[in-house]
Amino acid sequence: MKLYLRYLEILFKSQLQYRASFILMTIGQFFVPLVMFASIYFLFEKFGQIEGWSFFEVALCFSIVHMSFAISVCFMRGFDSFSKLVVNAGFDRLLVRPRNTIVQVLGSNFEFTRLGRLIQSTMVLIWALLNISIEWNAFKVATLIFMLIGGIFIFSGIFILGASLCFFTVQGLELINIFTDGSREISQYPLSIYKDWVKNFFTFIVPLGIINYIPLMYLLGRGPYNDILSMLTPLIGIVFIIPCLYVWKFGVSKYLSAGS
Amino acid sequence: MIKVEGLSKTFKVARRSSGFGEAVRSFFSPKFSEVHALRDVSFSIDEGEIVGYIGPNGAGKSTTIKVMSGILVPDKGECSIMGYVPWRDRVKYVKNIGVVFGQRSQLWADVPVMDSFELLRDIYKVQPANYKKSLDLLTETLNLGEILTTPTRQLSLGQRMRCEIAASLIHDPKILFLDEPTIGLDAMSKIAVRNFIKMINKEKKVTVILTTHDMNDIETLANRIIMIGKGQILYDGNLNNLREKFVTHKTVTVDYNENTSPLELDSASLLSWSKDRATYVVDIKKRGVSDIISELSAKLELTDVAVDSEPIEEIIIKLYKEHQV
Repeated sequence: MKLYLRYLEILFKSQLQYRASFILMTIGQFFVPLVMFASIYFLFEKFGQIEGWSFFEVALCFSIVHMSFAISVCFMRGFDSFSKLVVNAGFDRLLVRPRNTIVQVLGSNFEFTRLGRLIQSTMVLIWALLNISIEWNAFKVATLIFMLIGGIFIFSGIFILGASLCFFTVQGLELINIFTDGSREISQYPLSIYKDWVKNFFTFIVPLGIINYIPLMYLLGRGPYNDILSMLTPLIGIVFIIPCLYVWKFGVSKYLSAGS
Repeated sequence: MIKVEGLSKTFKVARRSSGFGEAVRSFFSPKFSEVHALRDVSFSIDEGEIVGYIGPNGAGKSTTIKVMSGILVPDKGECSIMGYVPWRDRVKYVKNIGVVFGQRSQLWADVPVMDSFELLRDIYKVQPANYKKSLDLLTETLNLGEILTTPTRQLSLGQRMRCEIAASLIHDPKILFLDEPTIGLDAMSKIAVRNFIKMINKEKKVTVILTTHDMNDIETLANRIIMIGKGQILYDGNLNNLREKFVTHKTVTVDYNENTSPLELDSASLLSWSKDRATYVVDIKKRGVSDIISELSAKLELTDVAVDSEPIEEIIIKLYKEHQV
């Protein structure tokens, strides 16, 4: 952990070297999701509601998914850009250092500029919460936090899976964006508006449904869901990362025996 | 200290001929062919040796270094270094080695060199007191003083290479792998790097394995060379033995007081001749150089004598030819 902070320090210093680019990127990252959010806003302006969901309820869902995504993309940037590390053989360098590969890949990159994205989605969250009447209690506060944590872990898991793919091929990596960006785009709306196969995919394959549907219903006081269970469902996201780590480990062993 | 036995490694390489149609075809059904990077490579290296590991491009040098530093797992064979199997005990093992890849930097480009060193200190968990000691020594011997506060990307190649070598020695490794450490350096930097390698080998008993294409590196540093070609070891031994085996001719150049006609000698051919200088190529298998010189001095009034043996490059080329690599 201490080592990771040292990595962050050096990355932060490096990124600050390019001041103009740093500021512009941060501002840009603020506006990218803002445009997406605006499109949701105009959609609701026209239709009023979608399948019984009001604008602010969807905004709540949107902000939670985007906050999780922003945080995980900050931390997981090393995995997100891992193909570069394989192509330029930087990964060889990591292997001759006496540390775990995961810490080192995490420490190889950090997108401080993605904080712009986080600020934007936090603002949407606050706006949404101010406009929805939720009877707050300790369970519900915990649920909200768990949803964020679960989301961060699921997105992180997807990033690790994508990076593991680089051990087998360095071609066709765009495919993984279907899972990262695609999952984010789809899960910014409550899952109930989609067809069954989409729902099933995002419940059983990439379990983003568990962070944005059941706990969301519970937060809004809808549906017959049990308090404790609803509160804990988002934590399944943490479990999702375990198989991803195993795939990573398998990938590393493959790399070792295949060479580059 | 290092024991390598029967290492073999085969890579699958995608093959395709040129042309657009071929590119499309290989996209759908790529053809692979096998490349034997290493075939049954064995050697052992003792503590404190400097070994030059040489061979043409693609001979398997880097593959061997990668296996020995735990980056690659061989298909067959054993490798035991300081009691570790590099790829199996990677984390424990790599603490004891330093690796410099001449063509790739291990320093963080955008921050001062000092920051990279401090991060490496934390990666290797070097005690502060030991860190200070190594850093002082490295700064002094590699003359890093002023460049430590410069961001890596602004360094010249020679300065960068000195920092790279320092970076791989911060944790006081027992073995140092240098993959082409002098590539692209100017003469001054090359000499500085060589002197330093000699110094740490002598003072700290660091075992050094270096690959290079620069035969001067080998001549000044390595007592022992291992030559590899097409994945097989072609020669392993002393540099002088190699010379003895392959040096068949020497050139003798003599200066003398004026003489009007060229002098023919037995077992030596006249390469060039002028009124006051002659150069002979002597076949040393047939006749000793000293014998030639004494004959010359009996017949001429010599003012100067110079004997040159073949440069090591030519010996290496002969060896390559002999093994057809």
